[in-house]
Amino acid sequence: MRRRSAHTCGYVLSVQTWMKTSKVLTSAANSEPTCAISAIRQSKLLEIALSGDWVLDARLPPLEPVLTQIETKTVEKIIVSTKALGRWDSMLVTELIKLIDYASQKGVAVDKSTLPASIQGLLTLVSAVPERVDAHRDQTRTSWSQALTVSTGKAVQHGKEMLIFVGEMIISTFATLRGQAHFRRQDLWLYIQECGPSALPIVTLISLLVGLILAFVGAVQLSLFGAQIYIANLVSLGMTREMGGLMTAIIMSGRTGAAYAAQIGTMHVNSEIDALKTMNLDPMAFLVLPRMLALIIIMPLLCLYADLMGIIGGGFVTVNFFDVSLTEYLDRTASAVKMKDFIIGFVKCSVFGILIALSGCMRGMQCGRSASAVGDAGTSAVVTAIVFIVVADSVMTVICNRLGI
Amino acid sequence: MAEACITVKNLTMTYGDFVIQRDLNFTINRGDVFIIMGGNGCGKTTLLRHMIGLKSPAKGDVCYGEQGLWQADPKVRQQILARTGVLFQSGALLSSMTLAENVALPITEATRLPPKKVREIVSYKLALVGLAGFEDYYPSELSGGMQKRAGLARAMALDPEILFFDEPSAGLDPITAKLLDDLILSLSSALSATIVVVTHDLDSIFAIGSNSVFLDAETRTNIDGGSPQKLLHESKHPNVIRFLNRGDQTEQNSNHRHMRSPA
Repeated sequence: MRRRSAHTCGYVLSVQTWMKTSKVLTSAANSEPTCAISAIRQSKLLEIALSGDWVLDARLPPLEPVLTQIETKTVEKIIVSTKALGRWDSMLVTELIKLIDYASQKGVAVDKSTLPASIQGLLTLVSAVPERVDAHRDQTRTSWSQALTVSTGKAVQHGKEMLIFVGEMIISTFATLRGQAHFRRQDLWLYIQECGPSALPIVTLISLLVGLILAFVGAVQLSLFGAQIYIANLVSLGMTREMGGLMTAIIMSGRTGAAYAAQIGTMHVNSEIDALKTMNLDPMAFLVLPRMLALIIIMPLLCLYADLMGIIGGGFVTVNFFDVSLTEYLDRTASAVKMKDFIIGFVKCSVFGILIALSGCMRGMQCGRSASAVGDAGTSAVVTAIVFIVVADSVMTVICNRLGI
Repeated sequence: MAEACITVKNLTMTYGDFVIQRDLNFTINRGDVFIIMGGNGCGKTTLLRHMIGLKSPAKGDVCYGEQGLWQADPKVRQQILARTGVLFQSGALLSSMTLAENVALPITEATRLPPKKVREIVSYKLALVGLAGFEDYYPSELSGGMQKRAGLARAMALDPEILFFDEPSAGLDPITAKLLDDLILSLSSALSATIVVVTHDLDSIFAIGSNSVFLDAETRTNIDGGSPQKLLHESKHPNVIRFLNRGDQTEQNSNHRHMRSPA
């Protein structure tokens, strides 16, 4: 902003006689800065006088009457007089740009030499680089059939990307097994630490509560027959075969899957993945494999822990509210749960672990190069993981049922 | 004639117990293109962060006119900082918004202008930095130099009196860096704004600097200051001379440097 003393009051009078009367348009608000524009025509010359403070919080006088003067009369040249101009900022410059653009459309020249040097400088800068014609984006509306085609194409594309990722993953796994690709052992320990022990508190809480809920839901029905003792069967089988693994997987997809996507996505944004490639390190083997391995190792252990917590939660309800002694509950549990139930839970959980790591790392690797893309990667990693988990769980449950195990 | 715009008084900057620079004292005059220079890790950017209200000093203060920035209560500090604009090293554009939305953000926050007027101002600011027509682009679709210029358009959105630049030429090719320097110079004269530049790019320092301060990494304070040209020939400090001569102290190099820089 530049201060200029407004040494002339009102608008400009020159020694020449004006052929047309001038038209003054003033905004009339007392509290805010005021500015005015007036146009005085003399034969082929139009003198536009600016007065007052042309600042962002001023109320602008309408420009249209001045523009119509350019249009309707046979004006050949425009002079802008700024003798009565007070403070000014971007407000004035944008209005001047509008005026000059309009005048040049009509083939009228604007004499800029009467403007303050700094405004002249700004106007020169603005026109220094011409607007790139092809830069502007058209925002065209798409019909629903076009939208459908586009989204179907995207879905197919996503499917392809997923297959490619899984394929690369398998190739890297074999390359690592053959010793052609490497990851750092300490990374694996770090990831195990990150997704294992650090997840215990949340897994404890959720599993205890799930066991408790199972016990309550079952107890209401079973006590109708006086068969409260079967709560133990329900809780222990429910937890080991199904709920322990499923809940752990959902917790881990939100906790670890999202973290993987964000970590790898940020590395992508910072070109760290490109750096790995140039150092001849396979990002799949270096980043994805240890994360996946960590989850495959940790998930069954967490699942076992979740099973025990669920059984404790169920026991708490059964013993305290439904007249079953602790010994009976434990005895019933021990006879109900077979080794195969635990094994089914473990297998499911390992599969979930692979799916979580896969979707987290895949979304991270596919991440765009901006901050919002990292957020999108995290969101889509969790959504993908949960969908995969639930679908895989259904399939495995049906298979177990058919095989009679 | 020279009116003090920013005065740094006894400023000591620390990270925890580690002192980066102590007892900094210098004045930036209105209309200056002021260079903060020094080697890597001497605390140039940290000093900038103190000046733009992002990091509080361990001791001393940064005064805008008479008002100390860090003595003032947060509301006054915000008012002072509203008169400044900052261009960060990488542009720091919000990646989820288009250029137009990025530049419009400070305008819509500070004023109640109608959307049409805001768009006009945005187009004008983008045209000023040579990006006319790129309103609907996302930052990730632009080159580094363009991102930097877009960042400059955002920094200038509210016609600040003081513009801060953090390493404007970092990551730019010499021609683009030169163009950005020219832009800074022409904006400095057209906007009559005070400009503070953190840089260690010698070409920029000599091309645009009218005044400067040198932060020394060894003694951890500002050992010299003044016009870069004058410093090159008259400085008594070997560290300053070595820095301005690219580590070389021969007379020939000094002449060469002198010839390349504009008068």
